[in-house]
Amino acid sequence: MGRTWVIVPMYNEGSMIGSVVSELREHFEFVVCVDDGSADDSVAAARAAGAVVVTHPINLGQGASLQTGFDYALLDPLMTDVVTFDADGQHQVADAVGMVAQLRSDGLDVVIGSRFLDGRTQMTRLKRGTLRLAAWYTRATTGVALTDAHNGLRVLGRDLLTRIHLHQNRMAHASELIDQIGGSNARWAEYPTHIVYSEYSKAKGQSVLNSINILVELLFR
Amino acid sequence: MTLIFQILAVVVILIAAFFMLRGGGARHQAIRRILMLLFIVAAASSVFFPQVWTWAAHLIGIGRGADLLLYFLVLTFLGFVASTYRRFRNLEHDVTELSRQVALVTAPQPTTHQDESS
Repeated sequence: MGRTWVIVPMYNEGSMIGSVVSELREHFEFVVCVDDGSADDSVAAARAAGAVVVTHPINLGQGASLQTGFDYALLDPLMTDVVTFDADGQHQVADAVGMVAQLRSDGLDVVIGSRFLDGRTQMTRLKRGTLRLAAWYTRATTGVALTDAHNGLRVLGRDLLTRIHLHQNRMAHASELIDQIGGSNARWAEYPTHIVYSEYSKAKGQSVLNSINILVELLFR
Repeated sequence: MTLIFQILAVVVILIAAFFMLRGGGARHQAIRRILMLLFIVAAASSVFFPQVWTWAAHLIGIGRGADLLLYFLVLTFLGFVASTYRRFRNLEHDVTELSRQVALVTAPQPTTHQDESS
């Protein structure tokens, strides 16, 4: 029987993190929240909901938080796979459960969520266009033909996890992760996920303009 | 004649970019400092001997000595931006690794967490 650690990077998510962790804990026993130097009560809320909290002493960025989560999960010798899950509640726990099941049954190294495999996820035309362009860029530079390169919901197996090391501290980590997945010839699959853009997640989420920052960070490593 | 300077400028930028991308080390730092010293001497001398700059500028087809100095300034500034960017990148990497180790050391171990919950 496998053991899954759910990694939730969080930064000032006090109002939302409690319910996100509680929902996760209904299906996953092991949840670790990587706190990226929050100034609010995120840490207390996450602990109260039953998560382990690993705290960065200073704010480093989401990419750094994910890598810290990976390192933490690898400390558990019984861990077989990890889920990466956004703290703002935009992901569905049911999707994560389905992805872990697929990873195990199909013997995959990684399952990546995609918003473009079905029509459930609603988004603006500009966001859709930007994400399409990002996926195309990722395919051109890494050779991994994903339909959605910037989905925060993923499942990675232990073997692949030991070969991943994210250096991009901020948002470019998504592309970097795909790059390293491509470089290690991992067996991967996409899984249709439903993303719910609430007012909260929209306010916390990235602006489309941030894609410019991502591109610059990728070009000048 | 300006073509000569344009070629020269591109060559300088390429050499600078090469050194920036090839990474640091004591030798590269020394080269950067020598270049910086040369630039300082050149800039200071221009105040006292502007005719030398005008003469050098005419040699490579630029109208005024002040323009030549400006081009040098631009090139030096670009080099400065590139090397500073690199340095911050490296610094950030080190700080990240340090913070990560602090975070992991102060966190409860995953195995003890399991003991508590079972």
